[in-house]
Amino acid sequence: MQNMIKAKAIKFSNNIDTDVILPGQYMTLVDPNELAKHALAGLDIEFPKKAHKGVILVGGKNFGCGSSREQAPLALKYSGVRCVIAESFARIFFRNAINIGLPVIECKGISSAVETGDELAVDFTVGKIENLSNGKKFQVEKLPTFIMKILKDGGLIENLRRKMKK
Amino acid sequence: MNITEKILAKASGKSEVHPGEIVDTNVDIVMVHDLTGPLAVESFKKIGTLKVWDHKKVVVILDHQVPAESIKAAELHKTMRQFAKDQNLTFYDVGRGGICHQVMPEKGHVVPGNVIVGADSHTCTYGAFGAFATGIGSTEAAAVFATGKIWFKVPPTIKVNIRGKFKKYVTPKDLILNIIGNLSTDGATYKAVEFTGATIKEMSIAGRMTVCNMAVEMGAKNGIIAPDETTNKFLEGRITKIPDFKALQSDKDAEYENTVEFDVVKMEPQVACPSLVDNVSPISEVGNVPIDQAFIGSCTNGRLEDLRLAAQVIKGKKVKDGVRALVIPASQEVWRQAMQEGLLEIFTDAGAIVCGSACGPCLGGHIGLLAAGETCVSSSNRNFIGRMGSTQAKVYLASPATVAASAVTGKLTDPTKLEAKT
Repeated sequence: MQNMIKAKAIKFSNNIDTDVILPGQYMTLVDPNELAKHALAGLDIEFPKKAHKGVILVGGKNFGCGSSREQAPLALKYSGVRCVIAESFARIFFRNAINIGLPVIECKGISSAVETGDELAVDFTVGKIENLSNGKKFQVEKLPTFIMKILKDGGLIENLRRKMKK
Repeated sequence: MNITEKILAKASGKSEVHPGEIVDTNVDIVMVHDLTGPLAVESFKKIGTLKVWDHKKVVVILDHQVPAESIKAAELHKTMRQFAKDQNLTFYDVGRGGICHQVMPEKGHVVPGNVIVGADSHTCTYGAFGAFATGIGSTEAAAVFATGKIWFKVPPTIKVNIRGKFKKYVTPKDLILNIIGNLSTDGATYKAVEFTGATIKEMSIAGRMTVCNMAVEMGAKNGIIAPDETTNKFLEGRITKIPDFKALQSDKDAEYENTVEFDVVKMEPQVACPSLVDNVSPISEVGNVPIDQAFIGSCTNGRLEDLRLAAQVIKGKKVKDGVRALVIPASQEVWRQAMQEGLLEIFTDAGAIVCGSACGPCLGGHIGLLAAGETCVSSSNRNFIGRMGSTQAKVYLASPATVAASAVTGKLTDPTKLEAKT
């Protein structure tokens, strides 16, 4: 994970569930790049085209609710989503995203401060988010150190490999 | 401490724990299925550990795309079959188990007081037996395979106290839909939900499983019900040593974030309308909703009690022309009992199709999918956009009794009204 990212935002509403992020009919796919072709197919089949250059996803409350399918954050990550910022997250999605190395940030007020197409800058080291298009800034609570370490290692598996080598 | 805190304290070797504290807990059982297992296996191999930490504590169940509906699904099944064999795991193949959340307690993998994690969001079902059970992702399941441990933030607990006796054809499903409608889809996010009160005390295990199953639909980490005589009766002959349930009761001075009260006395059948589970109304307020498909089954409502109730409603009647009704017993055990009791005959005579024990159309990956513009009334747990097929289809969630009554009339129907008419 990079310490800072800068990318355009794509905004979604409240309660974006994992069934619309990766519909059940694609659950037999195993290659993350194949999954990525169907990212957010339940809401916008053009999403992968819009995301492939790298985007920051902005969501409302309860982002990622529903099924525990890790294929949902995997599809987002491989489609070009570099970070998800939302008012709040469903817990399994939140953990899954971290475990596969997709940064997620809870930020109250973000959805009313960002429109699709805005340029956002995120600094993970200090927990700062800035909307470069309108100047709005947010300071968020940093994730606990052990979770940051998982993200820095690129996910839980690499994190565990390193721990086990010690 | 309350029951959730007691279980987490014990599993993390502490005398007490408090909400917000992060604990490293020992896992008693980890479960994966055919859609989440293959990713877990891939991740497990990357960790570089050769064997799972304890082969007796890993359960693999094929239930989602069962029997395999495509070559891709067959490949996933093959992966899991091989992994289970190589690692000497408990494995339920096609025709040997059924839906994971039904099979787990039936086959004795759920013990009160245990910590159970499963790579499926409805793992919280096992809270019905006084276990701490929660859903995780595939990568995390792989980490548990390797270490037998997982971290949790001790959740604050919402106590949901329920009293009153259900009216005829009003069920635990109607209760949990009503609760979710009140608390909303994120009303319990990160939290534990402890169900208590006289209604719960009198509720069957099947009903308790329905209630705990849907705790995740309001974002909960776990739903839980303190074990009692009813729990023990179910577990007899299924697990070798039944723990003393007295040690698993919440203390009198246990702390809760808040307590909410529900009374079921006047409750009428409830319906979750498209496309969120908290979009709940009493059926009398939903209006005229013609349906194309009726589905009775899933880990929420595919148990013997559910099938009996649906059969009672539909017996001697016919599924309306133009409507297809699907019935899926939750497990092979349920299937067998339903067959012996003549329930499958009642459904078949009515013109319903009875399918093999599996998740079926609930997650829109296998059989019974919906076309654009179609409407399904379902006893399952999610009505999200595209959940059961086309993104232009609509799903209404209701009890098995309501689904059965709706299958007969071809539109959303209160089962008590159907009975009055005939």
